[in-house]
Amino acid sequence: MTSEQFEIQLIASVVAAACAIPGVFLVLRRMAMMSDAISHAILLGIVLAFFVIRDISSPILIIGAALSGVLTVSLVELLNKTRLVKGDAAIGLVFPVLFSIGVILIAHYAWNVHLDIDAVILGELAFAPFDRLVLFGHDIGPKSLFVMGTILILNLVFISLFYKELKIATFDAGLAAALGFSPGLIHYGLMSLVSVTAVSAFDAVGSILVVALMIAPAAAAYLLTDDLTKMIVISVVLGIISSISGFWLAIFLDANIAGAMATMAGVLFIIVFFFAPERGIIAIARRRSHQRWEFAGKMLAIHLLNHEGTADEEHESQIEHLEHNLRWKENFAMRVVNYSANNGFLLVNGNRLVLTSQGREYAKESILDD
Amino acid sequence: MDLFALLNDLFFDYTLRTVALGSAVLGIVSGALGSYAVLRKQSLLGDAISHAALPGIAIAFLLTGSKQTLVLILGAAIAGWIGTLFVMSIVRTTRIKFDSALGLVLSVFFGFGLVLLTIIQKRPDATQAGLDKFLFGQAAALLERDVITMGILGAIAILITMVFWKEFKLLSFDPDFGATLGFPMKFLDILLTTLIVLAIVLGLQTVGVVLMSAMIVAPAAAARQWTDHLGTMVILSSLFGALAGIVGALLSSSIPRLPTGPTIVLCISTIVVVSLFLAPRRGLLWNWLRDRRNRGRLHVEAILEGLYSLASSHENPEHAHSIAVLRLMSSEKAGVDKSLRKLEDRGLVRSVNSDKWALTKAGVLEAQNKIKMREGAN
Repeated sequence: MTSEQFEIQLIASVVAAACAIPGVFLVLRRMAMMSDAISHAILLGIVLAFFVIRDISSPILIIGAALSGVLTVSLVELLNKTRLVKGDAAIGLVFPVLFSIGVILIAHYAWNVHLDIDAVILGELAFAPFDRLVLFGHDIGPKSLFVMGTILILNLVFISLFYKELKIATFDAGLAAALGFSPGLIHYGLMSLVSVTAVSAFDAVGSILVVALMIAPAAAAYLLTDDLTKMIVISVVLGIISSISGFWLAIFLDANIAGAMATMAGVLFIIVFFFAPERGIIAIARRRSHQRWEFAGKMLAIHLLNHEGTADEEHESQIEHLEHNLRWKENFAMRVVNYSANNGFLLVNGNRLVLTSQGREYAKESILDD
Repeated sequence: MDLFALLNDLFFDYTLRTVALGSAVLGIVSGALGSYAVLRKQSLLGDAISHAALPGIAIAFLLTGSKQTLVLILGAAIAGWIGTLFVMSIVRTTRIKFDSALGLVLSVFFGFGLVLLTIIQKRPDATQAGLDKFLFGQAAALLERDVITMGILGAIAILITMVFWKEFKLLSFDPDFGATLGFPMKFLDILLTTLIVLAIVLGLQTVGVVLMSAMIVAPAAAARQWTDHLGTMVILSSLFGALAGIVGALLSSSIPRLPTGPTIVLCISTIVVVSLFLAPRRGLLWNWLRDRRNRGRLHVEAILEGLYSLASSHENPEHAHSIAVLRLMSSEKAGVDKSLRKLEDRGLVRSVNSDKWALTKAGVLEAQNKIKMREGAN
């Protein structure tokens, strides 16, 4: 592994960690698509700031871009307040306009400057190590590493300072308002954080990877835990795994690094989607099938108990009659009988089913439960 | 360029005619199908679908080696459809919400598409030229053949929409009711989503992946302001989409270095803004005027009733009172004179001298009526 390769992975990991933190709150607050809107709209801010500063590497561009992110959020809120458009339409109306203006301004006025739309959307992480930060004549590392490190620390500080406020505002907005936290302030604070993170990150990895790193790890973590702190930690870890594995995928395929990282974030999500211990597809399917057998077993036990000692006991307890009485298919009825016999609830006596004492207790308990 | 020359080009210049026609087709189809997406509060689904289409385009090219529009559109449609299916199944089976599922599918599919595009770029046997135009759209590269393909597919989509008109209406406004009537709502849902996917992939070549979502949301959001009627909305939405497409294509051809896709998006967004402000009954301007009128009317009534309640403490209900008292009673001090003059025009009050006003007989009756009506309403 060359030092460039190591530095790219380090930068990508820091980006992933910085993105995952606000991402958790976007996912929980149902504002995930805001990250998409912001990451597109910042193009306009960069272009406008560039027209004023005339320097493509100026840090003021980042401020311009962050402001346009906040402008996006405000415009969306404004449009929602008119109640003229519903649901997420406001987001879908606002960011294409800002993005289009940005693209047109670049094409029309800055076409001879190196302000590449492709780079904005796609990012070129491979070049990140070549842009060095030089202090007092010493090369102390890639510039984007320091930029993203600062953003990561900023995010960590913001989250730890306002952890309680964010948590209450996210899970119980009404309570937060009643306790005197301004929901608007928390909303705009979080959105500014998203903007600043997106702007700084997209310089290194492109705007689409910003969305992937904000949403995919957080969505996967949401399936793994109910605890907010754990969710943040898991998101950060998943983000870093996506980055590093994505990097090696890109090396292996000789392909775009940001794209490969987004792909790996998706692969990780799919793994979690299937195999999450409680909320994964497989766990859900197993729970459903378990519940189905359990319910059928209970029904059979109760049915047998109800008819114990009555005149029609002999008739009702025959296996063939289950099909008719409980409206079970023959195959299913046999499997329920096997399931119940294996659990010791009944004995198969020739053609007849007889409850064991254990089965009798089970049936009584089941009736009481309901 | 003067208008005549522009119109002349529109009909006789091959490139401009093709681009304008293609943009118009795109506007009509996305406007019509977008109406349903917006009504069903799935505006951003278009954003996810258009991004998700990218790997489909790349795979279609990798498999066939063809850059024919129909092949690429088919690949895009399949990928967009799979992406939508992912979104739906994530939302249905887990607690992850719609917006997160959209963001996830959008970014991951797009990222995967980028990986494939860079792989194609590096293949020695094929240039990827023509594929990256799907990112930002390249209307100028449209061929007449492409437009014909778009037109036929678009016509099919609109035809199916017309055949299933009643069903799609049910699906958009009251799917539960539709299910109780015995309509196969799940099938209809998938059919409508497929048509929306088709509408989106048709436009990718012209406006690109990033901006295509605007063509789904904006015409429909604009049309929604002008009508409460689904049929009118779909037609208006198509017209707005077509208008924006043609005007955008014309503008970008007559002004140098004005990319077509973003220009079309700005045109349709202008239509949205105009609609938000000017649409009768719903528009912001209309609302503002109505608020003002209502405030004025309420003020006039308050003055009339104020005079009446002052008068009821006197023997003579037509007793005159000082305007200063009325000002004290009123919420808006400045409007008192204006409201009194309006009442005077209607013959309900008369001025006794410069600052004293009294109810007329008609005014007393009117005030009694108003109070009775209000009590009746309570």
